[in-house]
Amino acid sequence: MSAFANILLGGVFHAAVLFLVAAGLQLVFGVQKIVNLACGSFYALGAYFGITFIGYATAFGLSPWLLLPGLLLAGLLLGFIGPPIERLLRPVYGRDESFQLLLTFALVLMFQDVIRFIWGSNPRSLDSTYLIYGKLGTGDFSVPVYNLLVIAAAIAAAGSLGAFLQRTNYGRLLRATAENRAMAEALGVDVRRIYSVVFTVGAMLGTVAGALIVPTAAASLDMAIEFVIEAFAVVVIGGLGSMRGALAGALIVGMIRAFSIVLYPELEVLATYAIVIGVLLLRPAGLFGKQPA
Amino acid sequence: MKVSAAALVAGIGIGALALLPALAPPYYASLMIPFFAYAIALLGFNLLFGYGGLLSFGHAMFLGFGAYGAAVMSGVLGVRHFEAVLVVVTLAAIVAALPIGFFCVRYVGIFFGMLTLAFGMLFHSFLFKFYHLTGGDSGMRVPRMKLVGLEFAPYNKIELLAGPFYYYCLALLVIAGLVMWRIVHSPFGLHLQAIRDNAQKAEYLGVHVRSMRLAAFVISAGFGAVGGVILGFRIGLADPELVYWTHSGHLVFMAVLGGFSNFFGPIVGALAFTLLQDQLQSLTQYWRFIMGAILAVLVIGFPNGIAGIVTDLRDQSARKNVP
Repeated sequence: MSAFANILLGGVFHAAVLFLVAAGLQLVFGVQKIVNLACGSFYALGAYFGITFIGYATAFGLSPWLLLPGLLLAGLLLGFIGPPIERLLRPVYGRDESFQLLLTFALVLMFQDVIRFIWGSNPRSLDSTYLIYGKLGTGDFSVPVYNLLVIAAAIAAAGSLGAFLQRTNYGRLLRATAENRAMAEALGVDVRRIYSVVFTVGAMLGTVAGALIVPTAAASLDMAIEFVIEAFAVVVIGGLGSMRGALAGALIVGMIRAFSIVLYPELEVLATYAIVIGVLLLRPAGLFGKQPA
Repeated sequence: MKVSAAALVAGIGIGALALLPALAPPYYASLMIPFFAYAIALLGFNLLFGYGGLLSFGHAMFLGFGAYGAAVMSGVLGVRHFEAVLVVVTLAAIVAALPIGFFCVRYVGIFFGMLTLAFGMLFHSFLFKFYHLTGGDSGMRVPRMKLVGLEFAPYNKIELLAGPFYYYCLALLVIAGLVMWRIVHSPFGLHLQAIRDNAQKAEYLGVHVRSMRLAAFVISAGFGAVGGVILGFRIGLADPELVYWTHSGHLVFMAVLGGFSNFFGPIVGALAFTLLQDQLQSLTQYWRFIMGAILAVLVIGFPNGIAGIVTDLRDQSARKNVP
């Protein structure tokens, strides 16, 4: 029973991180209609930057108890890369999907070397320990409190993103732009500004997710290209553009991963993609997406 | 493009390639082997992308299929005749592509891309994880094979690649080019372009949209497998990296670099990519950044690629000559 609970919580933790990145992907796709392959690169950048940020902050006397807020801050700060990259994407809005996909693929290639240039090609990990928050559990069952805090942070992010989109005026403008760009523009919405904001928020979701993961896993050059296809699987299962879909997809992929690693490691990735193909064939718009007419 | 102009371009290209091993050091001649492999694979890829309007983001799957097929045929089953391996593996790829294509061509646009990506990753994780069958990340060995029944025993690997195998691949590329030229100028090719431009209208006029797309998918898989067999023979190894999604991305990169709206574009793209990658890798370890920047500039500024730039220049000068 306790083994089961351990696997379950491991799966939820992975799902929480996946959800953040996938939510960024969904937001950008929903409003800008661009499938952003570079979201995995934001995740990797967040991880590396988080390590550096905590390293300096600790040198300046940051209390180890502030590890989680520090990483959150690092992820948010890195959001500054959003607007210039959005500017770069502007020429391909309204062009064929293949060009949009290719341009973000170009970003993936470039970011991989930016990371190699700044941080080198060896994997990096964080010195300070996340076990300072302690562990919870009885007997065989134990879970680091840090993991629970990350799950809580993802839930909080999901909640505040939902509230922002549904309840605030700016969120309404955002959804209006997603629904009908030309009409929103005609009614005086500054669409350029909206795109810039959306892309930045999308990038931040990725960088925060990357920063939060570094206490539990090393940052490596391959993490960008490995994670982006996992996030892709999530949004395809959940349905492109749907936030609820991202949540459901992240839980499904997180659970498959957690259970297959323990039960039958050969199937870890295989099972995820088998489900992706199954969903695409049976419900091409995903579990929560709008079915095409 | 007019047949005479195309024949002229092709003739000059073949002539230059045929002279290359005599003029350039063996290193460059053996560097051209991946170019031949990619050029053949891209001829097929472009039937799907340029002529059919379907962007596959999992096409490296078929190159991997070709390389692993060569490893199984020659390494495991002991067939040492390159021609036999080539024919059997290509046919096997066509058979394997049928069910995959059957599912994929039900969709277009981004969904087609993602479905092919998912199938590619499925194949990759199979190759990567089932260690006892596929050798996992160390891959499978592709041994040396006889070409047209000849052993070429006095040649070492580099000499073989730079000499006999070079001309062998050149001949394969010429054959592949002729076959593809016939295909895109046949009624089938015209159907495919009509579907790309307006699927609804084509269907209304009686074109079987799905079967045409499926045929294009299967043909492109066959071309991909030929490229994969050549790549496997050159490296002497089939490894899962060949199937990874970034490799599929590189294939799309090459097609856009050369210009996918031109028949010769993919071949030009394969050549430019191979040379560029080789030069940049020897210059700097940050070659990916430069490749990415080039791709970004192409996508934003020159979506018709190198072939597009050439035709634009030609059109401009033609316009100037008109008083």
